[in-house]
Amino acid sequence: MKYQPVIGLEVHVQLLTESKIFCGCSTTFGAEPNSQTCPVCLGLPGALPVLNKKVVEFAIKAGLSTNCSITPRSIFARKNYFYPDLPKGYQISQFEDPICQHGWLDIAVDGGELKRIGITRIHMEEDAGKLVHGELSGPGDGSGVDLNRACTPLLEVVSEPDLRSSDEAVTYLKQLHQIVTWLGICDGNMEEGSFRCDANVSVMPVGSNILGTRAEIKNVNSFKFVKQAIEYEIQRQIDHIEDGGTVVQETRLFDPNSGTTRSMRSKEEAHDYRYFPDPDLVPLVISREWVERSRLELPELPEQRRQRFMDKLGLPLYDAEVLTASRALADYFEAGVAAHGNAKAVGNWIMGEITRALNDSGTVIEACPISPGLLAELLTLIDNGTISGKIAKTVFDEMWRSGKAPQAIVDEQGLVQVSDSGAIESLIDEIMAANAGQVDEYRGGKEKVFGFFVGQVMKASKGKANPSVVNELLLHKLKG
Amino acid sequence: MEMTVTDVEYVARLARLELSMAEKELFAGQMGAILGYVEKLKELDTDGIVPTSHAVPMENSFREDSAFSSIGQEKALANAPDRAGSFFAVPKVIE
Repeated sequence: MKYQPVIGLEVHVQLLTESKIFCGCSTTFGAEPNSQTCPVCLGLPGALPVLNKKVVEFAIKAGLSTNCSITPRSIFARKNYFYPDLPKGYQISQFEDPICQHGWLDIAVDGGELKRIGITRIHMEEDAGKLVHGELSGPGDGSGVDLNRACTPLLEVVSEPDLRSSDEAVTYLKQLHQIVTWLGICDGNMEEGSFRCDANVSVMPVGSNILGTRAEIKNVNSFKFVKQAIEYEIQRQIDHIEDGGTVVQETRLFDPNSGTTRSMRSKEEAHDYRYFPDPDLVPLVISREWVERSRLELPELPEQRRQRFMDKLGLPLYDAEVLTASRALADYFEAGVAAHGNAKAVGNWIMGEITRALNDSGTVIEACPISPGLLAELLTLIDNGTISGKIAKTVFDEMWRSGKAPQAIVDEQGLVQVSDSGAIESLIDEIMAANAGQVDEYRGGKEKVFGFFVGQVMKASKGKANPSVVNELLLHKLKG
Repeated sequence: MEMTVTDVEYVARLARLELSMAEKELFAGQMGAILGYVEKLKELDTDGIVPTSHAVPMENSFREDSAFSSIGQEKALANAPDRAGSFFAVPKVIE
C-alpha cells in the first residue's frame, strides 16, 4: 500500500526582548547559572507576574506577517504539569483565545507552484528553565536546574497538518524563520534554541481522508534534522503498520547522532494539563488602532520585496530569492543598485564574488568590508572600459583585503585596461608569428583555434587587454 | 455528585499526592459534596453569557521592556533544598 505522510509543525520562537516576559530579569544568553532570576521567575510564593508590552507588540507583528487575525481580547492560562525545570508547577501560556489565529503562509512546492499552509494559532508563553546533566560539581548523580531561561518570552506558532513531505516542512520552516528574523523579533539561532521545532507526524493510506495517529517529535534543532527526523518517523510508522502494528500517540525524541527517534517514557502518561485562566494576569485587549499602528510599522516583508525586485528591477525569480535571503543582504543589494543603476550586474556580483568572499572568510553581509558604494564604483570601472571583468576580480580581492577604493587600486597597480589597438595589434602579430601552425589550422577551417589565440593575447597582456578589442582585431588578422 | 476512589486517585496522581485508602474514601465523599454544591449553578440559564475569566474588571497591565538587576545567585539558591554549585540539585532526569 502507498502511504501519505501528514505533518504539522509547532515552532517555538524566542523573542528578542531585553527582559523576560513577566519580570525584569535579563534574557542574555550564557550568564552564570541562576544569576538572572527573581521571585517571579523562580516561582516564589506571592510573586506577581506583569506582562512585558514588547512581547505583545512582537506577537502582533508576527501575526500580521503570517496573515493571522489579531484576537481583540486574549487571556493567559496556566498549563499545569510537574517537571524539574518548571518552578511554579505550571507554565503561563495561552489556551483559549490566543493572540493570533487563522493565518497562513504560501510556500513554493515542486515546480515553483504555491501551496497555502494554514497557521492555526500563535500564542505567547514563558519558557522553562534548563536542565544540565553530568557536569555538576556537586552530588555526582543528580541533575542541575538553571532558571535563567525560565520566563523567557516565546511565541508558539502552530501550523495546520497541511504539510505532506519533509521537504514541504523544511520549506515552511525556513520561510517562518526568515519572517521572524526579518522582523527582528528573533535572532533565529537554532543551535542556542532561539528557534526550535516539534513535528507532529502521521501517515494514512493514499486516498484516505482519515488522519492516522500522530507522534510528536521533539528536539529537532536544525533544518537538516527536521528533514531527517520526519523522514525517519514516516518510515518507522509505515514499517510498523505493515508489520501489523498500530501507531500509538506519543512523544518521541530525535537523536541527531543516530538519525532516529525514540519514545520518551517520561512523557507517556496521558497529558491532562488542566488549563485555566491565570488570575494573576488580566485580560489583554488589543484595539483596532493598535493593530493598524503595528501594521504601519511592519517592514517590507521578504515576499513583497522579492516581488518588487522582479517587477521593478527585472530580476529573475532565482536572483530575487537569493538576494532576499536576509534583510541585510536585500538592503546591501538595494544600496548597490541605488549607487550603480544596473540591478542585474550588482546582483551578479553579490551572488558571485561577495558571497564567495563572505563564505571563505566566515563573515556576514552586515560586516562586509566592501561597502555597496565601493562595489558600485568597481562596476563603473568595468562599464567605462577602464578595467576588464577579469582584472575587476583582482581589484575586488584587493578591496576586500585593504578596504581601498577601486580607482586607487587600479592607479597604484597600473591595472588600467589596454584598449589601444596599436599595442594589441603588435601583441597579436608576435603571437601569430610564433604559432604559425595554429594560424594555418584556423585558416584551414578549424575555427575553434580562435579561443587559443584569445587566451595567448590575454596572457601576453597580463589580462589587461580589452577583450572585445582583442576579439575584433584577432578576427580581422586571422582572416588575413 | 458521585466521586469514586478512582477519581480521587487520578487527581492525586496529577498532584503527586500519596493517599491511604481511608483518605481516598474520605476525600471521595468530601469532593463529591463540593462538586454537588457547585452543580447548583447548572440550574441557571447561562445561554449567551460570556464565560468569566477574571473576577476583577481590569485589562492591559503592562511593564516596559527594560531589564533590572536580578537578586543574584546566592539569594536565588538560598531556599533550595539541595544545590550543586550554582545549580538547584534535583534527582537525575533522563530523556
